[in-house]
Amino acid sequence: MTDASLTGSSPSAGPQPQIKWGRVRQSRRVQDKILRVTATAATALSVFVLFWILGMLLWKGGQGISLDLFTKITPGPGTAGGGLLNAIVGSIVLTFLGIAIATPIGVMAGTYLAEYGRGSKLAEVVRFINDILLSAPSILIGLFVYVILVMPFRGYSGWAGSVALAIIALPVIVRTTEDMLRLVPNGLREAAAALGAPASVVIRQVCWRAAKAGIVTGILLALARIAGETAPLLFTALNNSFWFNWNLTGGISNLPVTIYAFASAPYDNWQQLAWAGALLITGAILILSIAARALINRK
Amino acid sequence: MVAISEQTYKNATAVTRRANPFRFDPLFAALSRAAAITVLVLLAGIMISMVYGGWDAFAKFGTGFFTGTQWDTMNDNYGGLPAIVGTLSTALIAMVIGVPLSMGTAIYLTQLAPGWFKGPVGTAVELLAAVPSIIYGMWGLFVFVPLFAAYFQVPVSQVVEGMPILGTILYARSPSGLGILSAGVILAFMIVPFIASLTRDMLDQIPTVLRESAYGIGCTTWEVVRHVLLPQAGVSIIGAIMLGLGRALGETMAVTFVIGNANRLSASIMDPGSTIASRIASEFNEALGMQMNALIALGCILFFVTFVVLVIARILVSRVKQY
Repeated sequence: MTDASLTGSSPSAGPQPQIKWGRVRQSRRVQDKILRVTATAATALSVFVLFWILGMLLWKGGQGISLDLFTKITPGPGTAGGGLLNAIVGSIVLTFLGIAIATPIGVMAGTYLAEYGRGSKLAEVVRFINDILLSAPSILIGLFVYVILVMPFRGYSGWAGSVALAIIALPVIVRTTEDMLRLVPNGLREAAAALGAPASVVIRQVCWRAAKAGIVTGILLALARIAGETAPLLFTALNNSFWFNWNLTGGISNLPVTIYAFASAPYDNWQQLAWAGALLITGAILILSIAARALINRK
Repeated sequence: MVAISEQTYKNATAVTRRANPFRFDPLFAALSRAAAITVLVLLAGIMISMVYGGWDAFAKFGTGFFTGTQWDTMNDNYGGLPAIVGTLSTALIAMVIGVPLSMGTAIYLTQLAPGWFKGPVGTAVELLAAVPSIIYGMWGLFVFVPLFAAYFQVPVSQVVEGMPILGTILYARSPSGLGILSAGVILAFMIVPFIASLTRDMLDQIPTVLRESAYGIGCTTWEVVRHVLLPQAGVSIIGAIMLGLGRALGETMAVTFVIGNANRLSASIMDPGSTIASRIASEFNEALGMQMNALIALGCILFFVTFVVLVIARILVSRVKQY
């Protein structure tokens, strides 16, 4: 109704006696108009930036997508050609290792918060600290891992990199696991307990199963979160320009740090590779986020 | 007698057989408790390692570390003021630009957008939040910075040159596009989707009845937002804004690309500068001895500042959820 009276008659100076009702004072009308216009413009700007970034990535990165990208390793300074094979493999290994470390701890911690620790003081503190850790600057997590894993062992390592990524993934998994377990109706737990199942069986066979899609969503979100993390890898996994090897005790090539190093380098083929890598990483992350969203919406 | 003892025996075996899962039970509970405690240990570990790693620098320079403007690697003399000021000023610029934009986006998404449009636009905003910060950095350096230099820095510098206060704050000595202001703008773009989607969720939680009764007595959208939604969600919106602030303070890669990484303190926001995070990212790998201690000490300052901001944010956000 308000909308109709707002848009119906154009604001005119002087009284209009024929319309006695529904007249909105001009100042209110203007105020409202300003809100509508600025809010719409703000949204348009955000969406525009998304498409601008994606368009730029597709434009500049798309030119660099070729078979070489996936079959050749990163070129040395001034060397023509080359690809990102070692960086891609390294990134996949670091990311999945990070998730492999974070998932059991995260799911168990989330289980504690939702099942064992309900209403306990410890659970309250852990929940609060977990939320803080969720937004802690990732560069500080890199510094922390540097101090505990790189400094004592005197060297950058793939292990240190995956531990740093695991610390970033952990709070995401804890949070979603807890939220999803809380959605499991108590009746299910009570029914299972009434059949004589002990708490651990109730949790594993009933609660985890019921919340499976949600927990997997959390892990996908955590994957998306750590796949593009650069700052913590700078001083943990570092980088190397050689073929990936399974010895994780040395520096490991990975996409984000390679992109960072190549993007501002003076060689054209390096810059091209940086754009192609950026496209790959962003594409992977957006697909993961959309998959996570689809999984949770289907439920 | 025999029958009874047989019966008891059977019961006993049955119990022991069933007891197997029961013995696993306390172990499982203990494991999940230990996993929960890991979270606490991690945060404590970060805090301790920052203080431990930066201790030498704090001990050597004392309060001078907070007020010193020199960052002299030759003579091992370090003062963190330029980086601290850079961190605070980029975050402030990001908030000044980003908060109105994110409020506008949240209001559009909850109040103004037609139903079929809400989903796609909301998803787009959330995807924007998932784009990694290094991509924002590349976009900033190669796309935004040249445009910013040509269409903002140069004209504005020409206009304000010689003016009393603006001539200092907004004058670019070398209009390269890199600098505190560019970093602040990129940060603003990064935190808008984050704050906007949190605020949208909070506005969505407000009962529709409240909103509809306000519209029913003839309120305009502005009046509904101002007098119904904001008072209802105000505290948690401030919490969401502070979460965004925490993000802006610690953001690393995007800032490192566009801030210009200068070690000096400048009165102009158009000049290159550095933030704590960008300083650590660009120098840490070559740092040795005292320089490394000084960088970790900067990290320690960043940790405690973001920690306080995030604690306040979480308290504000959680306080409202109880209603």
